[in-house]
Amino acid sequence: MRNWLNSPATDTQVTHGQRLWLYVFAVIVMILLVTPTLIVIPMSFSDSQYLEFPPEVWSTRWYDNFFGSSEWMQAARTSFQTAFLTMIVATPIGVLAAYGLHSSRFAFVRVAFVLMITPMMVPLVLVAIGAFYAYVKLNLLYTITGLVLAHTVLALPLVAIVTGSALKGYDMSQEQAARSLGAPRWKAFLTVTLPQIRFAVVTSALLAFLTSFDEVVVAMFISGGDNPTLTRNMFNALRDQIDPTIAAISTIMILVTTVMMVLVQVFGQDKKH
Amino acid sequence: MTNTATEALPISVQNVTKTYGAVHALDDVSLEVKSGEFLTLLGPSGSGKTTLLMVLAGFTRPDCGSLKFGDREVIRTPPHLREVGMTFQSYALFPHMTVAGNVGYPLRLRKRPKAEIAERVERALETVQLGGYGNRRVDQLSGGQKQRVAVARAIVFEPRILLMDEPLSALDKKLRDQMQIELRHLHEQLGMTTVYVTHDQREALTMSDRIAVVNHGRIMQLSTPRDLYEHPANRFVADFIGDSTFLRVNRLGADVTFGGVPLIHAGPLPDTPELQLMIRPERIVLSSGGPREGANNFAATATDVVYQGDSFLLHARLDTGEMVALRGAVRGSNATSLPQLGDRVTLTLAPEDTVLIDGSQT
Amino acid sequence: MSMQTAPLNAAGLRRDERLERLTLFGLSSPAILLILVVLVIPVGWLFYVSFIGANGQFSLENYERMISRRSYLRIFITTFQVSLLTTGLCILIGYPFAYFMSQLPSRLANLCLITVLLPFWTSLLVRTYAWLVLLQKQGLINNWAISLGLWDEPLKIVHNMTGTLIGMVHIMLPFLILPVYGAMKAIDRDYLKAAANLGASPRVAFWTVFFPLTAPGLFAGALMVFILCLGFFVTPAVLGGGKVIMVSMQIVSNIELFVNWGAASALGVVLLILTVAILWVASRFLNLDRMTGGGH
Repeated sequence: MRNWLNSPATDTQVTHGQRLWLYVFAVIVMILLVTPTLIVIPMSFSDSQYLEFPPEVWSTRWYDNFFGSSEWMQAARTSFQTAFLTMIVATPIGVLAAYGLHSSRFAFVRVAFVLMITPMMVPLVLVAIGAFYAYVKLNLLYTITGLVLAHTVLALPLVAIVTGSALKGYDMSQEQAARSLGAPRWKAFLTVTLPQIRFAVVTSALLAFLTSFDEVVVAMFISGGDNPTLTRNMFNALRDQIDPTIAAISTIMILVTTVMMVLVQVFGQDKKH
Repeated sequence: MTNTATEALPISVQNVTKTYGAVHALDDVSLEVKSGEFLTLLGPSGSGKTTLLMVLAGFTRPDCGSLKFGDREVIRTPPHLREVGMTFQSYALFPHMTVAGNVGYPLRLRKRPKAEIAERVERALETVQLGGYGNRRVDQLSGGQKQRVAVARAIVFEPRILLMDEPLSALDKKLRDQMQIELRHLHEQLGMTTVYVTHDQREALTMSDRIAVVNHGRIMQLSTPRDLYEHPANRFVADFIGDSTFLRVNRLGADVTFGGVPLIHAGPLPDTPELQLMIRPERIVLSSGGPREGANNFAATATDVVYQGDSFLLHARLDTGEMVALRGAVRGSNATSLPQLGDRVTLTLAPEDTVLIDGSQT
Repeated sequence: MSMQTAPLNAAGLRRDERLERLTLFGLSSPAILLILVVLVIPVGWLFYVSFIGANGQFSLENYERMISRRSYLRIFITTFQVSLLTTGLCILIGYPFAYFMSQLPSRLANLCLITVLLPFWTSLLVRTYAWLVLLQKQGLINNWAISLGLWDEPLKIVHNMTGTLIGMVHIMLPFLILPVYGAMKAIDRDYLKAAANLGASPRVAFWTVFFPLTAPGLFAGALMVFILCLGFFVTPAVLGGGKVIMVSMQIVSNIELFVNWGAASALGVVLLILTVAILWVASRFLNLDRMTGGGH
């Protein structure tokens, strides 16, 4: 131990011992980063009405509460449906847009790109009340369609940026080679380019799904009635009274996120030998 | 898979211009490539040679002009319908397919039956000496092998025109020399019209039937390698091919003088007011016995002598002030008697080697 | 050679070029259309609404209210306070942590990266809720602190500014750590060796060579955090207990409680203009294209 403490940690001959404070600090930070994320999991299995950790009595009553409540189930259905639809709408539209802007020699490409990232720049509250205003007029309030459209708009910049940066690192001469061999542009894209930016596309899809699934502010305004989202109901519950069912729902949400990330690894990676 | 020369197509480029803003990438270029010919587009970076190749392939759309493959006007045909084979500087092999997958790609696009594809792929691979490599993955190949797969892929569907964009520039010298010969053999075997782009003049001289020297979007000269070397049309071409010294000469009617002394030259003079004398280092000779009759002699002082094993390089300053480079063979007879620094020497240029060119540089 | 005849095929080629450009550009049209319809036009409409007074006529009263009423001023001050404090804390905590990660061998570094990415990917609501529970009077933090003897009485660390800040910092940390870490990893180690060779002590080498090279990444991260904080809603709403009122919350209550579209829109417009202004100023000092990976 003493040897390690005296050994140099950097090229400038600072030893590990002199940096010990940094290591301790970093460990504390890591604990503080991870704990709040995961603490809901054991808490959700606590039997007590008052969220406690560690749980004195273990039970699954909050899960029963969740699965047994038609209200919560309705919300879960809405959230999953919306997230899934957002994913399958935003990903193709976003990938096409990224490809079009990347390959385009049009003068307005810069303007179009700025437009594409506006949903990220405009404060979310403003987007929310704007959508609310518009949906009242268009009769889209409290509909899945309205939700999907709004969430797609929120997800598009992410899809475009992730796909766009993958395209930047991609050797376009491969697509040219395919075209010289007889493939029209769309076929060259599908058979040669797309398989190679697959990781970015799958990641974009995941981002689109999670953007929708986790979204609170916009959902607060435009979801409800027959189609409330999980997040909307959770938020309202948080404001009123702390219902431990939320711990159970949170755990399920963490599970969903984890599963999605595993799927990205499975479907997104290039096949190795 | 043999295309006879009669099946290969001639290419006719007429008045092609491509501008990017104020820059003329191609400036009213016209060019005829004979059927079955191996023509090289040679020039420095930015000269327009790659742009011209891209116009032939269909990836760059010119502002105006005509392009014919045989009798067919193709200037407005999209790349995937032009039926030309093409290799790219980066090989552009598809990493997510095997070698056979790559080579078979154009045949799959043409909806050929599976058995036929397998057979033609194997034949193409054999043609480039990679028979049996079908199952390899692209990342398992060496640079030279990737180059060959790229060629195999470009010829497997038997196009009648082949375009090659600096295919050997990423290879090391030995491999490059070897591949040059192989590609030349391939061309002779398959007979398709080939347009080859390179910036390496030695490569161009080795492989081509004819060379088009390109600069600033224009063709400076289009000739056989020998013609270009012996009779360059202007300073740029002379400078680009081989190493030469250029000396300003004075013209008086039909006579040319240098340093007050008239030059004896064979052949007609170029029809330009400004002339320069082009001296190839291997053509000018170290005269052992003083000035020679019937040749052009230059008195000089040796400033640098470099022994290079098989040859020696002599830098000398002429009495008129200019520097000249001379290269000669090292033989038993002169190995120990090379000039020393400061020695007075006489450099002799035979009339056939006295080449006068258009002195304006374009 | 001059062209005496009309340029060959020029008209047809021009048409082909225009068609190709339009088609490629058109690929992005569904996305752009969607964004226009769902975002740009409604927000534009809100812009207009912000200039409509209570009597339905054009008026600047919504904006005047912001300057005149003390409560509105307080909201802006709070928002800036929270944003600046959060950004500052993120820098103080995040920069050393990123430095730590950058010094690790790559396998360990990736492990640490996971501890940063894990909260990043977890739902905002879940994390906010977790802090709500942790910071309660009988929550984990208080219980452990008391048992460890750090303090005697349970501290009120939620439903106030403290709780809000804790939550915000936790949410925003990854947004700072990631760009800074990226910048640090990109630094050639030879620079520090050269500095040492030229006579710089480790501390001097750090401040004169390492830190300036990481400055763009730090600036980008801090900027992102600050802008996100300005418009943030969920965490302050939950952890602030009604005592920490940010602009976003005022907008929401203006709609939900008062149905005052004029006031809400005006606030939203101000927030938007602030965001754009800050970004514009920052873009003078930073190549934003690199940050978002866009442009040509």
